[in-house]
Amino acid sequence: MLKSWKTGLVFLFLGGLVLLFIVAPLAGMFLNTTSAQYAETIADAQVRESIRLTLFSSFAGVVIFGIAAIPLAYLLARRNFRGRGIVNGVVDLPIVIPHSAAGIALLGVFSRGSFMGQAGEAAGIQFVGGTAGIVIAMAFVSIPFLINAARDGFEAVPEKLEKAALNLGASPWRVFFTVSLPLARRSVLTGLTMMWARGLSEFGAVVIIAYHPMVAPVLIWERFTSFGLSYARPVAAVFVFICLLVFVGLRLFASRLPERNQG
Amino acid sequence: MLQLKNIGATLGSFSLAGISFEVDNGDYLALLGVSGAGKTVLLEVLAGLVRPEQGQVLLRGEDITEKKIQRRRIGLVYQDLCLFPHLSVWENIAYPLKGKQGSRVESGRRIRFLAFETGVEHLLQRYPATLSGGEAQRVALARTLAADPDILLLDEPLSNLDVKLKAGLRALLQRIHQSGKTVIHVTHDFMEAATLANKVAVIEAGKLIQFGTPEEVFRHPRTEFVARFSGVKNLFACHVKPNDGDGGLLEAMVAGKLSIGFLGNHKQEQGFVMVPQQDIIVSEQPINSSAVNQYPGLIREVYLSGSGMELIVDAGVEFVVSVSRESCERMGLNPGKQVWLAFKASAVRFVEA
Repeated sequence: MLKSWKTGLVFLFLGGLVLLFIVAPLAGMFLNTTSAQYAETIADAQVRESIRLTLFSSFAGVVIFGIAAIPLAYLLARRNFRGRGIVNGVVDLPIVIPHSAAGIALLGVFSRGSFMGQAGEAAGIQFVGGTAGIVIAMAFVSIPFLINAARDGFEAVPEKLEKAALNLGASPWRVFFTVSLPLARRSVLTGLTMMWARGLSEFGAVVIIAYHPMVAPVLIWERFTSFGLSYARPVAAVFVFICLLVFVGLRLFASRLPERNQG
Repeated sequence: MLQLKNIGATLGSFSLAGISFEVDNGDYLALLGVSGAGKTVLLEVLAGLVRPEQGQVLLRGEDITEKKIQRRRIGLVYQDLCLFPHLSVWENIAYPLKGKQGSRVESGRRIRFLAFETGVEHLLQRYPATLSGGEAQRVALARTLAADPDILLLDEPLSNLDVKLKAGLRALLQRIHQSGKTVIHVTHDFMEAATLANKVAVIEAGKLIQFGTPEEVFRHPRTEFVARFSGVKNLFACHVKPNDGDGGLLEAMVAGKLSIGFLGNHKQEQGFVMVPQQDIIVSEQPINSSAVNQYPGLIREVYLSGSGMELIVDAGVEFVVSVSRESCERMGLNPGKQVWLAFKASAVRFVEA
């Protein structure tokens, strides 16, 4: 169909518009920031700390919740149990609900008066207004990206290979770590990257559970509401640049995994 | 050694029913049947991949019906091999050895030994995606042998291979069997079964039709299905004139025009008579011999078959006859020539309808 030059031209035009829609605001943001503003922003300790906290919190969420999410993805891919459709729907809930609502829901569970809040405080962990709360808020809204990608990856691994491994005397545990996970690893890595990236950008849920310490999206919002666009833009530009750098790097790494590693 | 007792299993619309047989230590059993007969499902029941709904699988007297796959010591080589694509040939063969007792040096020695035995020692650093069908088949065999199973299950190991590769792999399977390994080999090729196995089980539509030595099964097929499946070419539907029940010579009428004499004591009036093509004598004149069955016929076709020739002779019904090339040339057996066919009543087998 695309061999027809007219159709090709229309598709190219529409595709170009979409790309422009994504790239133009970002390019505008980078180009409207002067080098002096960049230097000043990078030298700002509050900006540096907020970016470090954002990167760390999202990464911590991926590590802590990923350990449980990957086995869940495997179960959803392999086990045909009653209510699997419902579980799949529940997994997608954080994507469909407003993130401010997600923050309110999390606050109900982790507020100081709640069981979890009190248990956390007894263990020296502060959820509301603490890094732990930020980690939980970021993980809550981003975990569907990991579970969905990993589930698709596990589904693509032929079940026969797992049975062959069992037949060769391997335990189910060993089969998972030596056959299923390595063969699904490109999808799992993509899911981990997407979860981490989505966590970085979270504002709605985080701002409700922990305004302080400030993560980068909250700091950008705070600079915008307090000082205006010209103060918020350099922080946003630096944050987006660092995120893009890490994100593109991880995607490149995932795409360069040897082809033979795919089942 | 291995006993199957009344195995029944259902997979979707397909079911296995009442499968019972025994395999002794060191046996080479061919599970013979057409595609979809249930051979692979039976292998999967043995390997523990499919749980039977009824019956028992006993290995050396131990009931292993519910035993976990990884503890059965029954190795399965899948038809599609299932090599791990992310592991090299070395790592594939090493897979069953990991976590087992023994040093890395011993494991390495075993991998090299198995690679040498199966002829893949030059492929150890390669990945499955780069292997040919025959190479991958050998690697899959080496990997399963590395687990040192008590029983080796092979699912159509010679299918999808060319003639030369088949011969090489057949020799390898014979060597594995001769080393004392008990083998169960699924195939739809009766020649494979005849040349490799010392026992044959014929399966049709999920049921065991016949079990015995290749000679018993192929020379005395119990049903028309087994006879046709085993490649018998002279199989004719017939109407039998019953005798008085004391045995002796019976007469089978084929196509209402050809009477074939055979020995037996059958009460069935309908059935099939089977005449092994190598038991038919071709002559230019009627011969005075003990052969009860003698008919004039016209050679319709002559063609090469293996190391000899096959003739199609129309004697009222068409017989396929095997002769040597020398006889063919000496007697001038060409299409259109009038000949006589003769075979003994004792060479004819009756198969119940």
